[in-house]
Amino acid sequence: MANGIPPVAATEARPAAKNGTQPMIRVENLHKKFGHLHVLKGVSNQVDLGEVVVVIGPSGSGKSTFLRCINMLETPTSGDIYIEGIRITDPAVNLPRMREEVGMVFQRFNLFPHMTALQNIALAPLKVRRVSEKEAEERAYQLLDRVGLRDKAGAYPDQLSGGQQQRVAIARALAMRPKAMLFDEPTSALDPEMIGEVLDVMKALAGDGMTMVVVTHEMGFAREVGDRVLFMDGGQILEENTPQALFSNPQNERTRAFLSKIL
Amino acid sequence: MTFSWTLIWQTLPMLLTGAWVTVKLTTISVALGILIGTFVGIGRLSRRRAISAAMLVYVDFMRGTPLLVQIFLVYMGLPQLLGFPIPPYVAAITALSINSGAYVAEIVRAGIQSIDRGQTEAALSLGMKPRQAMRHIILPQAFKRIIPPLGNEFIAMLKDSSLVSAIALEELVRKGQIVIGRTFRPFEIWIAVAVLFLIMTLTISRLVAWGEKKLRVGD
Repeated sequence: MANGIPPVAATEARPAAKNGTQPMIRVENLHKKFGHLHVLKGVSNQVDLGEVVVVIGPSGSGKSTFLRCINMLETPTSGDIYIEGIRITDPAVNLPRMREEVGMVFQRFNLFPHMTALQNIALAPLKVRRVSEKEAEERAYQLLDRVGLRDKAGAYPDQLSGGQQQRVAIARALAMRPKAMLFDEPTSALDPEMIGEVLDVMKALAGDGMTMVVVTHEMGFAREVGDRVLFMDGGQILEENTPQALFSNPQNERTRAFLSKIL
Repeated sequence: MTFSWTLIWQTLPMLLTGAWVTVKLTTISVALGILIGTFVGIGRLSRRRAISAAMLVYVDFMRGTPLLVQIFLVYMGLPQLLGFPIPPYVAAITALSINSGAYVAEIVRAGIQSIDRGQTEAALSLGMKPRQAMRHIILPQAFKRIIPPLGNEFIAMLKDSSLVSAIALEELVRKGQIVIGRTFRPFEIWIAVAVLFLIMTLTISRLVAWGEKKLRVGD
């Protein structure tokens, strides 16, 4: 919606627009240690505006940590992360301000249990963006429409199914009008019959041109929606390619081993 | 000598004025204690070592020394430094609330720590500042959860407030002593005082249980 794919300017005189030349997300030689545990061992990559990047890999491969570093929920041990060219690993950076631009969806939804679906969505625009109550509420209803849950506006999280909770969580992240969205295994905690409804919302979002990084085990989603797939293992990106190429013709031995187990 | 109900009936109005002082003293002190305890409890979890260490010293001191000593320290010790006397009720409320604050701080700290880390992460990921996440997301959930221990703290403080009788503040126990001084009937009076305390503590524990049930929505 607000994040349409930028028009490809054909003119040579195109000025070096900030967003035109800079990737949405750029990660350089990222390392993360938890005590003696070396979870990320030099991860570098970049995500362009409007791109959907799917991260796959066995559990413990560091893919969630990688994702959580992108909005600094984990502080990298070394390395740099840039969002639209701004180095967010700089200790002086305004982290809350930067996180407004990067939405996140969690495996366990993490909805606020003491608030209704509508309040969950309206809270951050109200308190962070300081929009009026009326505006926040209108926007929240629009987003509930978008995830098909307008009739659940007044429901508390524990009155919603897992799939509904996750859709509200997506709407909550979108309420901040982020420029990119991070998904940390968004369907892993769901009953199988609810996975589809959440993936549908994510597909629609990708169709609208949202820049997305998705950690998931849903290979169907990766194939259908992903522009690029990263395979991680042992804290490194071992292979990356288009979904078609990576799934049909994996180059790395460990990618092959992983795919043979899960496909 | 038999148990004199008449005596109890006659002295009840005086004991009740003492009980009312006990209730006021406790309510004000616990309310201030919750205010202090909320800040201290958050401070205990601060990443800044100086803050968390200072808060721990406060909590340890208040919980590790007798309340009676704290009351004497405020009532008799502080005036020596300040150069002017402190009225008993001011000293009582001061001592009781800073004592209560230490216990509440530990309750608040445990309450905050009991809230899933994902709640803070979700709030931060939406661009909230840590302070906003604490205020809008963590504390409302934590307070709902710590109502039972806060109720226990109120009951404990209601009983412990009797120690301020030592600085001649006329709460229930002190009133009892005064009445005994006039009537020379300690058995009836102490029974009456005990029953009045029991009525107050049971009322509070019922209220807390009721309030807890009411607030259980959405948890």
